[in-house]
Amino acid sequence: MFYSLGRYILLLRLSFRRPEKFSVYWTEIMREMVSIGLGSLGIIAIISVFIGAATTIQVAFQLSSPLVPLSIAGSIARDSTILEFSPTISALVLAGRVGSSIASQIGTMRVTEQIDALEIMGVNAPGYLISPKVISGMSMFPLLVIASITLGITGGYIACLVSGGGITPADYIAGVTNNFDGLTVRVALVKAIVFGFIITSICAYQGFYTSGGALEVGQASTRGVVYSCVMVLFADLVITRLML
Amino acid sequence: MIEIKDIYKTFGDNDVLKGISAKFQPGKNNLIIGGSGSGKTTLLKCIVGLHEPTKGDVIFDDQNFTDMNFEQRVPIRTHIGMLFQNSALFDSMTVEQNIMFPLNLFTTMSHSEKLDRANFCLKRVNLEGKNALFPSELSGGMKKRVGIARAISMQPKYLFVDEPNSGLDPQTSILIDDLIAELTEEYKITTVVVTHDMNSVMGIGDHIMFLHQGKKWWEGTNKEIAHTDNKELNDFVFASKFMQAAKAKL
Repeated sequence: MFYSLGRYILLLRLSFRRPEKFSVYWTEIMREMVSIGLGSLGIIAIISVFIGAATTIQVAFQLSSPLVPLSIAGSIARDSTILEFSPTISALVLAGRVGSSIASQIGTMRVTEQIDALEIMGVNAPGYLISPKVISGMSMFPLLVIASITLGITGGYIACLVSGGGITPADYIAGVTNNFDGLTVRVALVKAIVFGFIITSICAYQGFYTSGGALEVGQASTRGVVYSCVMVLFADLVITRLML
Repeated sequence: MIEIKDIYKTFGDNDVLKGISAKFQPGKNNLIIGGSGSGKTTLLKCIVGLHEPTKGDVIFDDQNFTDMNFEQRVPIRTHIGMLFQNSALFDSMTVEQNIMFPLNLFTTMSHSEKLDRANFCLKRVNLEGKNALFPSELSGGMKKRVGIARAISMQPKYLFVDEPNSGLDPQTSILIDDLIAELTEEYKITTVVVTHDMNSVMGIGDHIMFLHQGKKWWEGTNKEIAHTDNKELNDFVFASKFMQAAKAKL
């Protein structure tokens, strides 16, 4: 475990060495941003709307007491979406989509000697392959989380419109807009940045040190997703404890 | 000139290379031959720095490559071209982008100059007009030729080739061998080829080194190889009936 941790830290240090030519790296960063950001928007939109809707209905169901105003359900759904569902569930989904893609892409390059080809040319392979992905992950995950929060809350509103019982749209809007604390959004964005780093760097590490063939690439991809999911949940707990 | 001095390489308990020394001459095709597991590819990877030798030195034009760190190696590496066994073309790039990749990173050439250079390299390997194709759209022989075009794009002083004939039909193999030989002579490159293809040995082997059990077993030219009394080398070279018949006619 300590060997892997040391190798991971050394790989990250190599990844952030001065680039050979900044313009080439910039192009790579832009390409990765499109791939990670725009490429993940569809799945994030779908899960956010459904989670937002389901959360609102469930909270409204649990607050069935006449002593509690139903608008509270809107507040609880909002804070749950901002603090937990949007950053964490999105990160777990992105670990599957983005993380496995990074691990298998870099792993395939390793087993087909493409990384050796980069090194022979004098290219800092970790820098060229990993740093654009990590930078893109850390910059695009917060944007995806903002989109997820917006769509999650919208999903809750749609649930109020179509469910016909429990909470009315007016109650929901009142709850969502009542006692809003900006700290929750800051916590969500910090989580998104940290999760972006964890997922991209762990999956890139797993891919970079793949050896063997197609089977090992698949195993590296699986390991990358599993380890990054566990680390995302651990980081979630740490950030929540530190910031709230 | 490339010189290797007393190279040892160990993986765990497995001693793959056991004290190999040699000199590779500029403008010549230097072949490293040997059976499977003899350490040919490991030696090549030690020379180019993909493996660090356990002991010994690799010297490029009087500069000790082994002692250098990553940054110090970059100027030498920009003079190295390498063709890998499976070509190692970048899947996500077109043929043209593959060839222009090192030019983008290490030169200050304008886009049109880089394009001209890429087209020149493609023409040199008889692949004009294939710029927009992706590696997945190429045959094995074409991939090798694109690999060669990428390797020569930076006008290297040293060309390393790992198993150039693997997976190719005999005609295409000869075509690739001839191309390597022509480029070596044309640009006075120090070429080091790892192979176990006897057509290559007889066709382009200016200087041949035979490895056996991790040691340098024999060294000479392709003229000398047919008359050697080295048992292990004879067993390797004349393993096939065809080669035995050819030897009988000599």
